[in-house]
Amino acid sequence: MNTELMKERWKRNWYKFSANPLSILGLAVVLAIILIAIFADFVAPYPEHAFVFVDFKNAKKPPSLQNLCGTDMAGRDILSRIFFGFRYSLVMAVSVLSVATPPGVLLGLIAGYMRDTWVDTIVMRVADVFLSVPSMVLALAVCSMLEPTLYNAMLAVTVMWWPWYTRLVYGAASSIKNEYFVQAAEVTGASTFHILFGEIFPNCLSTIFTKMTLDVGWVILIGSTLSFVGLGAQPPTPDLGTMVSDGSKYIPAQWWISLFPALFIVIIILGFNLLGDGVRDMLAGD
Amino acid sequence: MNIKKYVAYRLLSSFFVLFGLSLLIFSLSRLVPGDPARLALGPMAPQWAVDKLRAQLHLDEPIYIQYIYWVTNVFRGNLGQSLVTRRGVFSDIVEFFPATFELVIFSVILSTSLAILLGVTSGKYANSLWDNIVRITSYVGIAIPSFVWAIMSVFIFGYLLRWFPTLGRLSSGALMPPKVTGLLLIDSLIAGKLDVFRDAFYHMILPGTSLVISRLAQEARITRASVVENLHKDYIMAARSFGIPERTITLKYLLKPSLIPTVAVMGMDIAGSMGGSFIVETIFNWPGLGRYGMSAMLSNDINAIVGVVMLIGVFFAFMNILVDLITAYLDPRIMMKLRSG
Repeated sequence: MNTELMKERWKRNWYKFSANPLSILGLAVVLAIILIAIFADFVAPYPEHAFVFVDFKNAKKPPSLQNLCGTDMAGRDILSRIFFGFRYSLVMAVSVLSVATPPGVLLGLIAGYMRDTWVDTIVMRVADVFLSVPSMVLALAVCSMLEPTLYNAMLAVTVMWWPWYTRLVYGAASSIKNEYFVQAAEVTGASTFHILFGEIFPNCLSTIFTKMTLDVGWVILIGSTLSFVGLGAQPPTPDLGTMVSDGSKYIPAQWWISLFPALFIVIIILGFNLLGDGVRDMLAGD
Repeated sequence: MNIKKYVAYRLLSSFFVLFGLSLLIFSLSRLVPGDPARLALGPMAPQWAVDKLRAQLHLDEPIYIQYIYWVTNVFRGNLGQSLVTRRGVFSDIVEFFPATFELVIFSVILSTSLAILLGVTSGKYANSLWDNIVRITSYVGIAIPSFVWAIMSVFIFGYLLRWFPTLGRLSSGALMPPKVTGLLLIDSLIAGKLDVFRDAFYHMILPGTSLVISRLAQEARITRASVVENLHKDYIMAARSFGIPERTITLKYLLKPSLIPTVAVMGMDIAGSMGGSFIVETIFNWPGLGRYGMSAMLSNDINAIVGVVMLIGVFFAFMNILVDLITAYLDPRIMMKLRSG
């Protein structure tokens, strides 16, 4: 593909994406969150407050110009901790999706291509088993049987995430396999490997990519829920879910300790959802 | 395939899936590091007591033997003993399930009917002010995790406005109606106590909305999209050109086909609420299966965890079959496939 064509394509995609102002808003929110997460040490008003820090003289101060979101029970600036919390939310989403997607996609490709064989039956029934209880219940169960750490929470979410990709790719692959170009490749004696990754996989890419962008918000939601119940990141890690849970003991008198982190969880998820919708509209019908 | 055969087929395949689920969750629970017997008895218990409990739970035997013990017991209606409450897991589940069932069904009915109301009114008057308000609100609503809404609603509606109670199923002074179904809304009506009914209803509002807030918003969007799509179909135009009143068109011809996608996701809804109940019941101190399961998980009570997860799997399988039958009833095309195919 020459550069001219690439440029044209990007232009068209951007045109489709930017047709909806909400997609632009989502992109802006997501970019801001990523930048804040990377440069948290520089943009946070009190970066030293992020982890272990105690200043009881200034504990439980309501929002003011010095502390825009107030201070928590140990006197730490809540806004600074929220900025550092973005890091954990993003790391969670990126690692879960990058670990869960490849095996899920691979299994879906194989099962879809070998539709109506024993391979299809085994793979898809195993996926059914993982989807037979609400994903939150499975994640909680797996998490509770491991040590409560951020890594194990990621592991638990990964375990319940791959079957969704298997199902998605299975559906796409089993219909693409009947297309003429796949049949032509079969007739000319192309290897199964080539058919799976050279012919079918490229045609599933936009579906997979769309689902991944739409899933970021969900992973962050489940991750923050796990840490809210104490099965994820442990204090003093500035994780948003943990902050909401710690602060909830001080409602209603010191509402800001849990309500501001809660608000930012909603903003992150909202940003990624809007971005995901934009990407879906952009890639639809391509 | 007729309907009976279809249901039988679905039940059979659910049975196999649940068998797989039991293998998965059972082996997970036995492979965890840490000794469940030691956890149950505490660090101060003498070694011989721990050994005795291990023998009692067959923990020293190979895992497949343990599984065979467990399965034979399940078919006798015995899910083992909870390591924390020291009672049978099965009788614990029987005691706690109705409260969760009532809350989940209440919140699913609430979310589906509200979503239909919002979706139909905003889709019917697409691009009006009302439509834009509903659309923007639903974007935000989808992004709210249930625990966030639980905390926010406790603060706003519980403490600031004092509209709804925030803990338990009934106020502390209220008398429980005699137990018939275990569902307070129904039991209080049977006993003829309207004040208890009102109290129970009020107690359900905050946990109920927390369970479904994001799905409610999602469904309102789905309903709106399908109303907008159907609104431009030929048969609606035909009905209009016949001069049929707009009201009749909406209620009789537009509503039924537009609801199919909304009802079809009800199964996912119930799943979401069941999952959310673990967190929401813990926050609102709701004495149901979710709170029981959550405390079992936090104390590594393996028999209780396996029991609760299996029960939720069974419940979920039944609900999915039920929802598919309702969808088939609403959509004649699916019904025809079932009848002929």
